[in-house]
Order: sequence, then structure tokens, then C-alpha cells
Amino acid sequence: MTRKAVIAVFGAALAFFAGLSFTRSRHLREPVVPGPSVSRVARLGDYFRPLEGTVNDANVYVLEGKEPGGTVLLLGGTHPEEPAGRLAAWIFAENAELAKGRIFVILTANRSASTATRLGGAYPPDFTIPTAWGGRKFRMGDRWSNPLDQWPDPEVYLHYPTRQELAYVDIRNLNRAFPGRPNGTLTEKTCYAITELIRREKVDIAIDFHEAELQYPVISTIVAHQKGADLAAAASMFISSLEGFSIGVENSPKALRGLSHREIGDATDAISLLLEAPEPFLDATRGRTNRELLLTGKDDFVVRAGKRGLLFEKIDEKGWPIDVRVGRHTSTVLQILEIWSGDNPEKAVIVSGVPRYTDVVRNGTGAYLKDPKTADQSKVFFE
Amino acid sequence: MNAVVTVFYYLLTAYVAVLLAANFLKNKKWQDEVLYIIVLIPLILRLLRLK
Repeated sequence: MTRKAVIAVFGAALAFFAGLSFTRSRHLREPVVPGPSVSRVARLGDYFRPLEGTVNDANVYVLEGKEPGGTVLLLGGTHPEEPAGRLAAWIFAENAELAKGRIFVILTANRSASTATRLGGAYPPDFTIPTAWGGRKFRMGDRWSNPLDQWPDPEVYLHYPTRQELAYVDIRNLNRAFPGRPNGTLTEKTCYAITELIRREKVDIAIDFHEAELQYPVISTIVAHQKGADLAAAASMFISSLEGFSIGVENSPKALRGLSHREIGDATDAISLLLEAPEPFLDATRGRTNRELLLTGKDDFVVRAGKRGLLFEKIDEKGWPIDVRVGRHTSTVLQILEIWSGDNPEKAVIVSGVPRYTDVVRNGTGAYLKDPKTADQSKVFFE
Repeated sequence: MNAVVTVFYYLLTAYVAVLLAANFLKNKKWQDEVLYIIVLIPLILRLLRLK
């Protein structure tokens, strides 16, 4: 009996410390210091009431210029395990100054997915971006909504409304559930709220930030709905000649459903674009899955895979640091906005204060994150 | 419908957790007892909505 008690106490201790770790990770508060052009902070639930008060009732930072113009939506955190996307959106929310038009920024499009890490993936629960004032800690997150918020998964996932059969687990994947369903799962409702936001706010361009493993063929590219093909092609050319890095263009496949670049373009008047940056942390051939790999993008095993021709993007001992990945996203958005504004002066979105690729690589992402301790506390928000 | 299915899964989880706990108490081999406890942990964490 004593032996059983010892083993039971051992198990209880394991469960306690594991539970403590998971709880801390799930409830880690990420501060946001809204920038000078943020006129208000709305919620996704404002666009679809059933989402109000749920874990996915995300903040929507509304940036407004002095003059009317076009409207752009930046989606960060569709897949929270692709942190360069969230960080690029963060830089816009905290730094952008608008002279014309509006930008809606969502930092955590699938907040539920940001509160768990991948089962069996050995992900770190969080990571810290170094700053001059210390550092800012972010939740690591996963690709799929937290099973605590949406569970179980079905045997077969039929996408709504097309009924295309997708991988069962993707019923919790925000980027397989667009345009969303008002009476569906949490993930589908979240997509529906985002689609409603785009319709009601008459968004002209919706840009969804992502990262991809180097073994995935859709990488270092802009995936464009046919409505945005010209815009994406022009941006690709300007970026490749002016910004110090190359980015390709992929057409959004018409037969693959549920993705933002396809469904937002089909279901609304907006041009839908999706940006992919390389993230070796996601590669199946990676070594230790730790914070260092997430931030430096350096991995000997992925380099070896590259030498064997197994990758769709180059990698060497310099890796793919987070600042490079974030800078690619900020520059790509800035180029898209500049081209759009030149072609559509009445719907221009003129923005300044956002660092380009070379700035982020030189100064680091942390240089563009504001210190919440020195900010007006009434204006600090939490993700 | 989703909510109903979720409730049934939680009930199923609780049922399996009770079975594991009962087997832990009945068992005589310490190796099996450790195994039952380790298998029980994720079920407890799910029932407590911690993981």
C-alpha cells in the first residue's frame, strides 16, 4: 500500500507540474502598445456576436489615416506557430502612421491555436524577442485550434460550403475553414467573423501572414487570388529589384478550398493575398526543436536535407533568422501598398513608420516593439 | 451537435480514467502501477481542461 501511495504521489506531482506549465503557457499575456494611428481597438465578436467572449474574440486594431482612402486587413496568427507573421503584424500595429486610408490588424487570428503547442512536437511553450528594454515574451502556439476549445475532430472534415474532403485535423485549421460557417465549429465561426469584417468594412486587400517549412513547395512567395495576380506580380518584381531579397508569386488554386487566398477572394470584394516566409523550425528533418532554432532558423539537419536536394528554398549555416523572416513580410506589405496606392489613388493607403527588410535585419525585430512598462497603461492591450 | 459530441468524449475520458485508477489499485506489480499512473496523467489533464 505504501508503494502505491508513493507511485500515486509521483503521478500527482507530474500532473501538477505539467498542468502548471500548460496553464501558464495558455494564459501568458502578450502586451500590445498601439501605435499613433490606432484610433480604436475593436473585437472580432463585434462582427459576429456568437464569437463574443470566446477565446477567439480577438482584438482588431484599427489604424486610420487623416484622409480617407482604401482599406487593408493584415491577418497575423492564422497559424501562430509561424511567429514571423504575428511579429510583422505587431510591428504594423505598434509603429504604422497612416496619412491616408485604413488598416485593420489582427495579431492573433486564431487565439485558441496560440494557447497550445503541437502534440508530440516538443515545441517550446514560448519565445522571447530581445529588445533594448529587456525582451518581449510571446506564446509559441500551434497550427490548429486548441483541443480544449474544439474537440473531438471528426473522422472526415467536409469543408463548408464546398463539401470538399480535407484532412480531419484541419477542421481546427483556420486556413482551411474560410469563408466560415455561422453555426459551425469555433474555427469556422472565427473565419466567418473575419469574412464579415472584410464585407462590412469594405476591405480592398486582405493579407494573411504565414511561414512554411523548406520542404514545402509553396515558400518565399505571395499566393494570390486571381483578382490580385497583377498586384502580386508587380510587388514581386519591385521587391526582387529594390528590397534585397527575392519573392515569387503563386496563383491560388481554384480547386483547393478553405484557404484565405482562395475563399476571401471568392466570398468578398477584397483581393486576397497570402505571404509565405521560410521557417526551418517547421521542417520534419529538423534537429532539436527549441527556442534557438525558432529564432535563428539554423539547423544542421535541414542544411543536410538541402544538400540532398530535398528543399524548395536555400539554406546554409546562416539559417533563416526571425528578423529576416519578419523583414520580408513588412517589406512585402509596404511594396503591395505602394503599388496599390499608385494604381488606385482614390483608394490609396499611405503608410510610414514601418521598417523595411533592411531595417529589421539591421536593427532587429525588438527595435520595433514598444516597452509596455513605459507606455500609458490605459492604452496597453493584451493578446 | 458539436457540443453534445464533446460532452460524450469527456464522459468517455472520465470512464477510461476511472478504469485506469481501478486497475492501478488492483494491480500487484509496481511496473504496471507506474504505467497506469503515467497513462492516467493526460486524461486527468484533459478532464481538468489543462491540456
